[in-house]
Amino acid sequence: MAACSVEELLAKAEQEEAEKLKSISVQKELDLEFDVGNLLACDKNRIETRDLREKKRNDFLRALARDNTQLLINEIWKLPTERVEEVIVAKLPEQTTRLPREKPPPKPKPPTKWEQFAKLKGIQKKKKTNLVWDETAKEWRRRWGYKRAKDDTKDWLIEVPETADPNEDQFAKRNKAKKERVAKNELNRLRNIARAHKVKTPGEGLLPKAQQSKDELAKAVSVAKTSTASVGRFQDRLPKEKPPKNSGKKRKFEPLIGDFNSEKQKQLELLKIMGSKTPKLDITKAVNTQMREEDREEAAARRRKGAGGKGRKGNTAGRGKGKG
Amino acid sequence: MTQLDGIVKPKTKRSKRFLESRAPKLIEDVKNTMIMKGGNTSQTVTTALKDIYSLKKPNAVLYKKKNITRPFEDSTSLEFFSKKSDCSLFLFGSHNKKRPNNFIFGRMFDFHVLDMFELGIEKFISLSQIKTSKFPEGTKPMLIFAGEIFDTDNDYKRLKSLLIDFFRGPTVPAVRLAGLEHVLHFTALEGKIYMRSYRCLLKKSGCRTPRIELEEIGPSFDFVMRRTHLASDDLYKLAHRQPKALKPKKKKNISHDVFGTSFGRVHMQKQDLSKLRTRKMKGLRKRKGEVVDEDQEPKVAKVES
Repeated sequence: MAACSVEELLAKAEQEEAEKLKSISVQKELDLEFDVGNLLACDKNRIETRDLREKKRNDFLRALARDNTQLLINEIWKLPTERVEEVIVAKLPEQTTRLPREKPPPKPKPPTKWEQFAKLKGIQKKKKTNLVWDETAKEWRRRWGYKRAKDDTKDWLIEVPETADPNEDQFAKRNKAKKERVAKNELNRLRNIARAHKVKTPGEGLLPKAQQSKDELAKAVSVAKTSTASVGRFQDRLPKEKPPKNSGKKRKFEPLIGDFNSEKQKQLELLKIMGSKTPKLDITKAVNTQMREEDREEAAARRRKGAGGKGRKGNTAGRGKGKG
Repeated sequence: MTQLDGIVKPKTKRSKRFLESRAPKLIEDVKNTMIMKGGNTSQTVTTALKDIYSLKKPNAVLYKKKNITRPFEDSTSLEFFSKKSDCSLFLFGSHNKKRPNNFIFGRMFDFHVLDMFELGIEKFISLSQIKTSKFPEGTKPMLIFAGEIFDTDNDYKRLKSLLIDFFRGPTVPAVRLAGLEHVLHFTALEGKIYMRSYRCLLKKSGCRTPRIELEEIGPSFDFVMRRTHLASDDLYKLAHRQPKALKPKKKKNISHDVFGTSFGRVHMQKQDLSKLRTRKMKGLRKRKGEVVDEDQEPKVAKVES
């Protein structure tokens, strides 16, 4: 009797389990493909077209959707859950569907000079507090920026050190030092950016070009030579190098109180030229310029004719060969 | 902002933040959508656009004015708009005699058109026609695609990828179990695509996993596929390229068993096998302070004898 009842109980328990599972189990020919990270499910089973008549369509679609959603929910409920602020939350896995990006991935920036050095030496970045206690003002102030803690340019009293010149303006000195620091920082920042973008900043005298002309190379050489501490006075010249042509002062001025006679002569001559009505024309120069112009035009015309004629001659020859 | 060679340099912190939000990132945020109207639109098209806008809020912009452009012929104005509003997905609705109730779904890569699909609306039931309560905006929907054609036909594969991109919402690490309410179901059959939107009711079943009951809510569309403009294979591959930094770094010398046990590998120096002691002999054990001097012992013995 007991044995019968045990069997009955077991059978009943099994039946109940099956009923429970029936409500959430769905029969499908092919399993669905799930991408739980995206809350996505793909059903590849064949859909009978018979079921899709106008009236029954919506109901059929709804039943299909219900089955597929049930399967997806079953998958989601298998995920590990945790409790976050009285709410049960399921942790989603990584997404499996690959979708295109919006923009191309960013290029990694090359490390700056300081970053390279820090990596070499093994210096770690230390997180610093934003506010520092300022003793003189007896309050918390920023570490840097507007109204910072220890700003030496804002001192209203500076003691002149013994070694300094008494006429020197100490306030101006501090301001200048600060400006120099800011300028140096800015220069380094721009250099870092230029290095990151691989922009070639032109060095003195030589711009990056495919072919450098003779004059440019000569100029570069002369500039490099004069950029020493003694402005190139003790630099040896190469065996075949000629002394630079255009060195020396560009303009020569007469002394203020010099030769009075020559000055008088110069001024009188100038007045005579200005007073005379005839135009000042150098005939030889004019004739030479005119002759040069004519020669140039003739040469250009000859070149044009020559090119046209030669081209035509070449073409006819080709055609002849082609036909033959 | 000063411009130099097309690079804009920000002068204020606010403009710097703005530029940083638009710059390309390693892990990208949610794609924004722009919803716009063409030269001529019908009532169905305007209500449909509004419904999709409400589905996609807040990651969408709905433009009120009509834009007289033809995306399939000239996509420059679309690209200009996407650059200005930083949107990489777009939906263009129009209506004319040849193509009535036309929707163009599209996406961009680097502000150039990647894919475009023209779908015609045959039947449309809007949100306002179905009288039930709606969701709060921003709920992440579950997406279900039915129909084997979504995996066999190339056009449909790309369309599936675009629809996933369009409707999936922000990428989240975890999801609230009670908040899984919205389901979007796409069925492809006989050249038509049926889109239905349901609310999911989680009913008690005997075990932990709930039983689902669906209630129709939201817009329902019957689409028919018209023209397509697919990106070339190389551009498509280029758009999928992920930066190397995102690849998970492999830990060296650690391997895992089928059963889940993890094994580690230790590298040792080469052992001198001549000094290897296989048996423990108590006499040979070194004791503190005692110096075992083998050379001196025989000398001592000689002296004694």
